[in-house]
Amino acid sequence: MANGTIAMTDLPVPKAEKSFFEQSTNKHSGILSWLLTTDHKRIGLMYMFGIISFFLVGAIIGLLMRLELLSPGGKIFSAQTYNSLFTLHGVIMIFLFIIPGIPAIFGNFFLPIQIGARDVAFPRLNLLSWYVYIVGAILALTSLFLPGGPIDTGWTFYIPYSVRSGSNVSLAIFAAFILGFSSILTGINFVTTTHRLRAPGMSFFKMPLFVWATYATAWIQIIATPVIAITILLVIIERAFGVGIFDPALGGDPVLYQHMFWIYSHPAVYIMILPAMGVVSEIIPTFARRTIFGYKQIAYSSLAIAFIGYLVWGHHMFSSGQSDTSNWIFSLLTFLVALPSGVKIFNWVATMYKGSIDPQPPFLWVMSFIVLFSIGGLTGLVLGALATDIHLTDTYFVVAHFHYVMFGGTGTIFIAAFHYWFPKMFGKMYNLKFAKIAVVTYFIGFNMLYFPKFIMGYLGMPRRYYDYLPMYTPYQRISTYGSWILVSTLFFIVGYFIHAYFRGKKATSNPWGGVTLEWHIPSPPPVENFKVIPVITHDPYDFSQLKEMKDE
Amino acid sequence: MEANNKEQHIGYGTYILVWLSLLVFTSITVTVAGVNLGRYTLFIALLIAAIKSGLVINIFMHIKFDEPIFKVFIALSGFTLFIVFILTFFDILYR
Ligand code: HEM
Ligand SMILES: [Cu+2]
Repeated sequence: MANGTIAMTDLPVPKAEKSFFEQSTNKHSGILSWLLTTDHKRIGLMYMFGIISFFLVGAIIGLLMRLELLSPGGKIFSAQTYNSLFTLHGVIMIFLFIIPGIPAIFGNFFLPIQIGARDVAFPRLNLLSWYVYIVGAILALTSLFLPGGPIDTGWTFYIPYSVRSGSNVSLAIFAAFILGFSSILTGINFVTTTHRLRAPGMSFFKMPLFVWATYATAWIQIIATPVIAITILLVIIERAFGVGIFDPALGGDPVLYQHMFWIYSHPAVYIMILPAMGVVSEIIPTFARRTIFGYKQIAYSSLAIAFIGYLVWGHHMFSSGQSDTSNWIFSLLTFLVALPSGVKIFNWVATMYKGSIDPQPPFLWVMSFIVLFSIGGLTGLVLGALATDIHLTDTYFVVAHFHYVMFGGTGTIFIAAFHYWFPKMFGKMYNLKFAKIAVVTYFIGFNMLYFPKFIMGYLGMPRRYYDYLPMYTPYQRISTYGSWILVSTLFFIVGYFIHAYFRGKKATSNPWGGVTLEWHIPSPPPVENFKVIPVITHDPYDFSQLKEMKDE
Repeated sequence: MEANNKEQHIGYGTYILVWLSLLVFTSITVTVAGVNLGRYTLFIALLIAAIKSGLVINIFMHIKFDEPIFKVFIALSGFTLFIVFILTFFDILYR
């Protein structure tokens, strides 16, 4: 199997090339040709349906919470309902949207193409990981309707409440356990694919940076996810048998739970952000028409982030009662992890410097990302400093911070990636004017929704409360108005993409003038991506290729 | 699976031997848990666990006979785990 692609080069290729939409990889047609497919592109699209649906559900729950907070007095939901709402919102957004988001859709679709392969290393395992994702999602949904009611612990499932709560904690976290396996399987597939299936000439340092980022992410998925799996099992055992591992009433250590939870969940924030950074490193050179500045530094900084990401989890626990020694060590390490991220931001900006910038929608989305993510990252340092964190922990400041990094960072790039690759994936072009309007309303809505939360947090508004003192009313109002603008923008975006799919103009194979391998093949790509496996001679962002590509 | 796998060199005897030693280590762990060794309890339990996983990884998972790249990967993962332990102990020991 190892060098399969090379051996396959001389297979006969059908004359008229059909796209992967028209040609099935199995003997079925219609829905079964999708549900049983082993084509990495189709699997990527199947993930897309799942992930986007959950994203919209999560967004609507967010909208409902904001509605409750429109005025003080707690009129719409009971406190208990609000507890379940923020838990569901958190669980959906984290485990079903943002962790799988970019790797499962765009990694599946583009990683093999960008390294010149016909598929991932284990296509059937790839399909299995989609089913595992769906099973996990179904279990999570089931837990909502069983007696006991929806889980109400917050997405962090902290002990001791998660042992005491009468809601369906065990089934809901078991769903997260299952989802973890999907993540691990995808990670194994990507690592193997990157090592084994690169086209001839594609050395590690000729790989596009999206591949580097997805590769580094895959390692985190493999190494970190088992930790959350064990932790979840221990909580379930604790609930069922009262063993006393975590439960303080039985002699257990609740802080140990927080350690184990964050040993996974901090690296998980890099599972969320690294692939997004990879997408940024693709989009900026394409629209600045310039090779990326500091290719190797960006590649290495992905690995550095992946590694240092394991060393900082204790910054979530400054007020948990862990030792003072841990507190200062973790605070110090947290400041270190800002360095490789800084390298990236610097290199992106340096790439644009003196480039000939073409401000198409994907590029504009990236600009919005740079602002939002920088706000998120820098406020992270405020929380990483011991003295300020004690004041701000468990307030809206934290809520604002993580929405800026996860949503403003990864979420924005998730949308940017669609604007960049949609024409390649579906062979259709969307309305560029709509897309430009959407960037602006998104940016306004986003900052209205979350910026006031920084101020409220600073003033002392705690997170996870369904009601508040009247002094916060003006800020809460602005925030809720922002949520209306933001969520309508999201639906607007989905709307113009659906419209483009059915009614859009046909897209050419290279609408933006990109040079990585996906722009060398037709839109949408044929089933096996390449007629002939390419031999790589250029650097990934060598724009002198554009001339030769005209004749392809 | 493939030709470069030298696994044929280990016979059933080795497997059974490894299995027996795993059982022995397990019973040591269980016995030691009943003896009060103070702060060494944890250390000994971790040491035994490390030896056991070393055996499983090398023999049962054939890593000993596989390409070096797999050893590098496993060593890196093990190293990460080791650092995670050290950092956790900064809490446990100084609390
Ligand atoms: C679409 C618009 C969104 C709105 C209106 C929204 C709104 C909210 C609100 C009101 C809360 C509860 C704050 C509190 O009372 O403590 C919350 C919590 C949270 N949100 Fe969002 N959010 C949105 C999108 C996202 C996205 C995209 C993500 C992740 C990528 C996300 C992740 C979270 C998490 C992890 C929590 C914490 C849940 C917990 O406390 O357990 N949200 N959000
Ligand atoms: Cu963290």
